[in-house]
Amino acid sequence: MTAMPQMVSFFNGMGGACAALISVIEYRHLMHNAPGGIAELLANGAETGNLTRLAIMYAGLIIGSISFSGSIIAYGKLEGKISDKVLPGQQFLNIGLFLGIVLLAVLSVMGVLESDNLLYAVGALALAYGVLFVMPIGGADMPVVISLLNSFTGVAAAFGGFLYDNKVMLIGGILVGSAGTLLTIVMCKAMNRSLLNVLIGNFGGGASGAASAASPQGSVKSVNASDAAILMKYAKKVIIVPGYGLAVAQAQHVVHELEGILENEGVEVKYAIHPVAGRMPGHMNVLLAESNVDYDKLVEMEDINPEFNTTDVVLVIGANDVVNPAAKTDPASPIYGMPILEVEYARQCIVMKRSMSAGYAGIDNELFYRDKTSMLFGDAKKMLTELVSELKAMQ
Amino acid sequence: MIDFIASNQEFIYLLILMIFVGIELISHVPSVLHTPLMSGANAIHGVVIIGSIIVMGQAEETLSLIFGFIAVVLGTLNVVGGFVVTDRMLEMFKKRK
Repeated sequence: MTAMPQMVSFFNGMGGACAALISVIEYRHLMHNAPGGIAELLANGAETGNLTRLAIMYAGLIIGSISFSGSIIAYGKLEGKISDKVLPGQQFLNIGLFLGIVLLAVLSVMGVLESDNLLYAVGALALAYGVLFVMPIGGADMPVVISLLNSFTGVAAAFGGFLYDNKVMLIGGILVGSAGTLLTIVMCKAMNRSLLNVLIGNFGGGASGAASAASPQGSVKSVNASDAAILMKYAKKVIIVPGYGLAVAQAQHVVHELEGILENEGVEVKYAIHPVAGRMPGHMNVLLAESNVDYDKLVEMEDINPEFNTTDVVLVIGANDVVNPAAKTDPASPIYGMPILEVEYARQCIVMKRSMSAGYAGIDNELFYRDKTSMLFGDAKKMLTELVSELKAMQ
Repeated sequence: MIDFIASNQEFIYLLILMIFVGIELISHVPSVLHTPLMSGANAIHGVVIIGSIIVMGQAEETLSLIFGFIAVVLGTLNVVGGFVVTDRMLEMFKKRK
């Protein structure tokens, strides 16, 4: 299940490439019928409709190519094969390159630059732009980028519909284009950031903001599984906060088992779902639904946040940035302003994590240094299994 | 410009209506289902495959034919892969008895 987002991105790239190739072949087809090259093609372009055709082809080619190369980079990033890279002055390079691409296309359509091979050059530049566009964007923002590229491919498909007077392509393309754009905006809102901020903000790319933000001081308290098990057994109410670590460890079935045992002990158990926990919206819901967790126990962020101060134990499993109080308190933090699960109000907080390493945003989490927080180091599945066996032993 | 709009009236109506349909669609789907929705949308824009079939059919030279073939293959991957991924995601949301 953790591989699903990258599959979406990969298939999206295929669609983008398909749209771009259509433009290339259609261009070759038109050129074949115009032996005099592009000048002949565009002579009387307005009457023959070739002018519109060429413009649509350029649009489809550029958007399709960006979507293809961008999606493949996004796929690589989610697979962990490509790391975030920022070139110095990349913002300007990107804007410059994009304007250059548009300018070349416009000049070609207007007949100012009469080169038969210009379309291929624009295609190549658009491919390069797609790579440069996605490269600096941090892995945590990939779902937003994939959604955006998805809507791009939709628009590219719609251009294909225009080109061939094909209504199905137009309808499908525009539907995806508009739905995808809106979805992208909704996702950004869930993280309380603007789309522009996501696109140029290079979240977690080792930006200066992250490094200079005051790193929390103090010591970390670590507990073992049996202490944690006792804490939970004698609690009245336990809230489980699942994160990407749970998905990676494939621990959803064990967590359900833990929930069952605690409920038998008379403990109230709920799951707190952050909208961007995991790598995609709904990631945690899908994961927990797979292990038959009751749908009513999954509570969304706005509904669960007021409940934390009446909660005895919060068990954070492999989540980090979504419970980082710095998002509320530290304006220098790159995640400042993102709504979080306010687990710090609970009486006890047990954080299950493999190590002290930072989360996807690449920042330290001051929650781990609080007095009420205990760390349970280890792989989510292994530690949950230990918790379950400890609890069983106590019965 | 007016000529363009007049000659493509039907398309422009469709375009505007579909934008609204897209917006309506998103605003009625709960946020937990956004991932499968995105995946479904991804499969839908696989309609580009129609374009690639048309374009391959009219290719005159080998290179265009090769490109056309690749385009058809990629478009098929997009449609089939998109729906398979969506189906696998939705499978996990199904109510159990």
